[in-house]
Amino acid sequence: MSAVFVWVETVAGAVVPLSQEALGAGAALTAELQVPLVALVFGENAAAVASDLAADEALVCEDETLTGLRLEPCAALLAKLVRERQPHAVLAPGTIRGRELLAFSAADVGASLQTEAGDIVLQSDGTLQVERPVYAGKLTLTASGSSGSAQFLCLRARAFPPAAPRVDADTPVTRVEPVLGKNDIATKIVEVTSSAGEVSLGDAATIVSGGRGMSANPAQPPPDAPDSAIWKAQHGFEHTLTPLAIELGAAIGASRAAVDAGYIDYAHQVGQTGKVVSPDLYIACGISGAIQHQAGMRSSKTIVAINRDPEAPIFRLAHYGLVGDLYEIVPALTAALRARSGAG
Amino acid sequence: MHVVTFTRSTPDTAARLTVDADGCVSQGDAAMVVNPWDEYSLEESIAQAEDQGGTATAVAIGPEVHEEALRQALAMGANAALRIDDPALAGADSIGWATVAAATVRRLDDVDLVIFGKEAVDVGSDQHQIQTARLLGWPFIGAVSRILELETGAGSMRVERSLEHGKQVLTCRLPAVISVLKDINEPRYPSFMGIRRASRASIPVWSLADLEITLPQALTMEMKLEEPPQRLAEAELLPGTPAEQAAALIARLEKEQVL
Repeated sequence: MSAVFVWVETVAGAVVPLSQEALGAGAALTAELQVPLVALVFGENAAAVASDLAADEALVCEDETLTGLRLEPCAALLAKLVRERQPHAVLAPGTIRGRELLAFSAADVGASLQTEAGDIVLQSDGTLQVERPVYAGKLTLTASGSSGSAQFLCLRARAFPPAAPRVDADTPVTRVEPVLGKNDIATKIVEVTSSAGEVSLGDAATIVSGGRGMSANPAQPPPDAPDSAIWKAQHGFEHTLTPLAIELGAAIGASRAAVDAGYIDYAHQVGQTGKVVSPDLYIACGISGAIQHQAGMRSSKTIVAINRDPEAPIFRLAHYGLVGDLYEIVPALTAALRARSGAG
Repeated sequence: MHVVTFTRSTPDTAARLTVDADGCVSQGDAAMVVNPWDEYSLEESIAQAEDQGGTATAVAIGPEVHEEALRQALAMGANAALRIDDPALAGADSIGWATVAAATVRRLDDVDLVIFGKEAVDVGSDQHQIQTARLLGWPFIGAVSRILELETGAGSMRVERSLEHGKQVLTCRLPAVISVLKDINEPRYPSFMGIRRASRASIPVWSLADLEITLPQALTMEMKLEEPPQRLAEAELLPGTPAEQAAALIARLEKEQVL
């Protein structure tokens, strides 16, 4: 009996949103293949999480070596489960942990592997053909796994509809034993800092981003501010962009220019040397739209550009353009949204 | 102490790319540059080697075009450069690449740490890096934003990595493979002397026979490479006062059911 495996990533015992997308992609594939969908959940709280998943069965391991989802014990366990059950395909969210896990295990079992996979097509020989961005999204590659080996796919974020969560799904849970013992593992997690609570760029349905134009803030820096432009831009991210982001439930993004100028932390950078995102709505504020930035956000469904330069390249990519001062337009937008949600 | 970093040449980041009828990628007149993520891994390997009085070696796998990246590495201060080239490399997938990389690290013999940039922009992936670690049997830690301690004598290190939902600090036995993010350092500019030295350097080339390996059968087939569809429409400009612009935008986003 074959199956489709979906590795479900958790953070501090809670399922990350991209795992639901992987389960959604898995459900579409199992319907075509007529095989069961088997969810794999490792680490703390795995059994409790597993029983609510949209899957036919869950394989669960809560051994303490798997707490924090270290790569080596997870990969050894996944490889063992693949050897035992010979699944047709193994899917995982294209997160850092998902990519590391599938790359390790694919090497172990001799499986084909594709990262950033979208548009999965099941071919007549059973192989999976996918489309994925290469050259920073400037080109699209169509590629396929070879027949006779398991098809491992790390999925592109926000490219698949998430599985509908099932409360009281009562998914059958099978407990499995870890492969590695405590002393077989070369790495040890000694400290964890969670940013849970902030909307993460990769999961966000809406992103509000700021660029170099953030420094054109009319607010006056205090006399002791070491750098006026940096103070103005930081003040703008906090007091102009953040209120709009809160109103929209959005994550805050930034261009490379804004990050390199010291306006905001690198964790927010969208683009070629930052994160690649594809939200439903991307609002670019004071971003000219260099090709390196476009590489990180061009697959957003609806793009809004707010910029005072009508010639900025971002207007050639945007669906809606608002030419003007972002420090006038963004507060007007925030106020209008607030009035709307108050009225609604 | 010996740090190895793998690098490659990729088209200039601002280049527009096209695909010809044979499926070959062209960047027009644009230059080839070091893979943008590798600027940080090159800097980190050179800085760590300097700190510890060790050696930093830059390695590229593939045809002559990758010498560009290796000369940049030498100009920045890498102690040695090496290229692996062989006709059999055409069509290699990530496991094939990792087989070559792992064999090279083994042949170099005394390597403590392998550092990659977050990903290779041409293939849009990091799986070849992670699989290099697996084939070596070494631990892999991706998305490292700081090396907090590197004790090659004791054979251990402590690093901070940035995940999607927070940070982790890990200790790790050496040898190991890591990938680094942009925030780990500020890459140096090559000095004039460095550039001169690099331009004169002769870079050794090893073949698969030199490494005494053959490549495994590729498991992933590339079928088609194309330019994504371009949006032809210009943005709809929403004029008026800021309040009018905001109202017009909200009306359109509501109609599209984005709000």
